[in-house]
Amino acid sequence: MSQPTDADQAPRAATADAELSRVGWQCRRGMLELDLLLSQFLTTGFARLDAAGRADFLRLLGYPDQIIHSWLMGREPPADAELRRLVTQIWAATAKHPGDAA
Amino acid sequence: MPIPRRKFDTLIVGAGGAGLNAALRLASAELRVAVVSKVFPTRSHTVAAQGGVNAALANVLPDDWHWHMFDTVKGSDYLGDQDAIEYMCREAIPTVYELEHAGVPFSRLDDGKIYQRAFGGQSQRFGGEQAVRTCAAADRTGHAILHTLYQQNLRARTHFFDEYFAIDLIRDEDGVAIGALVLEIETGEALVIEAKATLLASGGHGQVFRTTTNAFINTGDGMAMALRAGVPLMDMEFYQFHPTGVAGKGMLITEGARGEGGYLINGDGERFMEGYAPRALDLASRDVVARSMVTEVREGRGCGPEKDHVMLKLDHLGAEVVHHRLPGITDICRVFLGLDPAERPIPVFPTAHYAMGGIPTDRYARVVAPARHGPEEVVPGLYAAGECACVSVHGANRLGGNSLLDILVFGRAAGTDILEYVRNNPNHRPLRDEDLEPVVTRLGRWERTGAGEGVAAVKADLRKLMEDHCGVFRDDATMAAGVEKLKALRERVEHARLKDQSKTFNTARIEALELDNLVDVGMATLMSALHRQESRGAHSRVDYPERDDELWMKHSLYSRDGDRMDYKPVRTKPLSVESFPPKARVY
Ligand SMILES: Cc1cc2nc3c(=O)[nH]c(=O)nc-3n(C[C@H](O)[C@H](O)[C@H](O)COP(=O)(O)OP(=O)(O)OC[C@H]3O[C@@H](n4cnc5c(N)ncnc54)[C@H](O)[C@@H]3O)c2cc1C
Repeated sequence: MSQPTDADQAPRAATADAELSRVGWQCRRGMLELDLLLSQFLTTGFARLDAAGRADFLRLLGYPDQIIHSWLMGREPPADAELRRLVTQIWAATAKHPGDAA
Repeated sequence: MPIPRRKFDTLIVGAGGAGLNAALRLASAELRVAVVSKVFPTRSHTVAAQGGVNAALANVLPDDWHWHMFDTVKGSDYLGDQDAIEYMCREAIPTVYELEHAGVPFSRLDDGKIYQRAFGGQSQRFGGEQAVRTCAAADRTGHAILHTLYQQNLRARTHFFDEYFAIDLIRDEDGVAIGALVLEIETGEALVIEAKATLLASGGHGQVFRTTTNAFINTGDGMAMALRAGVPLMDMEFYQFHPTGVAGKGMLITEGARGEGGYLINGDGERFMEGYAPRALDLASRDVVARSMVTEVREGRGCGPEKDHVMLKLDHLGAEVVHHRLPGITDICRVFLGLDPAERPIPVFPTAHYAMGGIPTDRYARVVAPARHGPEEVVPGLYAAGECACVSVHGANRLGGNSLLDILVFGRAAGTDILEYVRNNPNHRPLRDEDLEPVVTRLGRWERTGAGEGVAAVKADLRKLMEDHCGVFRDDATMAAGVEKLKALRERVEHARLKDQSKTFNTARIEALELDNLVDVGMATLMSALHRQESRGAHSRVDYPERDDELWMKHSLYSRDGDRMDYKPVRTKPLSVESFPPKARVY
């Protein structure tokens, strides 16, 4: 097997960028609260997710804004364990601590 | 390669409440309707409206559309057009029932009627006791309306172009609107959508200010499209700031917090509203509270290391009240600030919330602009409705619950008029290559390569500039300096470059196109504000603190060509009732 050349890698990197952009656009929502949490998670937490975690994130983004809002604002937890874990990860990646305020 | 073309009877830019209500009317009448939305339709900003929609149903207390009309005229500080306001307040009642029949799950009173709640600025009997007029579906009214309208549109076979970005309108040599150039975000491919009538329903532009309650998508695209197509924007100086946004972030902390007994304090721990509004205190009207907060900060009595905000104190109310009566605020504070508002005060500062101005229309939602025969000549084939439009029902200041009403009533009115228009103009007008030239040029603008500044930095500077030079407090020197800075920034945009020139899902390109739009609406806002030498509604000037009906009871019109200002009279004559003459606006 030959080593992958730059020419092989370039399209792969472009695909990864396009993938991130695609997910990024899905993070554009109708509510500012969601925009802020999701876009921040995209820059601070998304890269650390494994393939399954990323799939879960995409699944979460498929839900209506009001439902994601009630999950992320802690009003009610998602029914399935994977999304519950993901919500906790989003909180951890975007966490504010008393004193950070504004 | 030529740009592919598709033909529809009607093109609608925007899938919020305004766009979807118009689409439903048209698709139900068997017209071929294209709805273009840059995000999936149910992610439109209408989803964020929690409070409700006004209609004088009189389900809780006596009410009358005429009282609603009075409140709206007064709320507008007499700048609203009274024919449009009468129409909206009358139509409110059948509109809400129509939504009910369409399946919007309104909350219910014990007797089964639609639940209504009290909002600020609502009165019985022309300024008497508080009225109860706002119809709500729990705290998710906007969501319920948007989802219901979307489902109905799918059933009526409206054709959705999801995640398509509208770039510019196309007008033919006679000035007739004949469609728009759009971009499929996923592939980066352009598409021309030809239409017999085009409706702009693209929502607001809160993102032009650094601190806003608006989602990232609210970048004034439709307003800027109108400007570039030669249509002026109307009353852009009137932008509503909500006093209590989370400082530095913008999220809304509802008035309910102060209604429950919360109050504002400055860096010295003083309850400063005592000095500004001794009677109403922290519950004085939105503009008064916002100005007082900014004064405290300007005079060095702000809180925090930068002394750039004040505090909203709720901790004296006790955990029981705070957590149970204000759960939404508790959530926001916990998630975004890491604090419990029952224990510590919330850092707050005024936040940009709602555009009263926009694309000028008549009450049929037809776009009107000054031309040879007067200030309100119809632009054939072009319509606007919702927050991007200015019909003008909100005048200088919008009342809570009147925006959802506006988008529904005038979205529907647009649908009704377009039906008629398409019946009378049954053929597509020819689209010549020359008609496409200006829009295609713009498409190519961001394909320039070479060295240049990035988009994000310019955008951040624009938003700060607007906040500093055209915020809650305005005066001649600050705004004149703002205009100069914005002109310089406009030049910077000319020289900015996109690093990423890929086609597939190039969202950087979309953000660059949005920046163009923000700059245009920013200039419209600043220029209109600089020239209006009075204080009225949301536009408050330190150097002209009074309302001046003699000179300024007129609508502003800003044209992009030469940054020109023009004016036209307010329509003070309602359709069937007596006019409400201007009075001092006291609550
Ligand atoms: C936090 C918050 C709470 C609110 N609460 C209330 C309330 O309780 N009651 C009330 O009456 N009002 C309320 N409002 C105001 C009200 O929600 C909005 O004014 C209203 O929903 C605007 O609706 P719209 O249909 O005009 O536009 P939006 O719902 O904003 O829809 C705009 C549409 O245009 C599309 N679009 C934009 N640009 C482009 C482009 N270039 N290409 C393609 N598509 C594009 C978007 O994708 C979207 O589909 C609130 C506002 C905020 C911010």
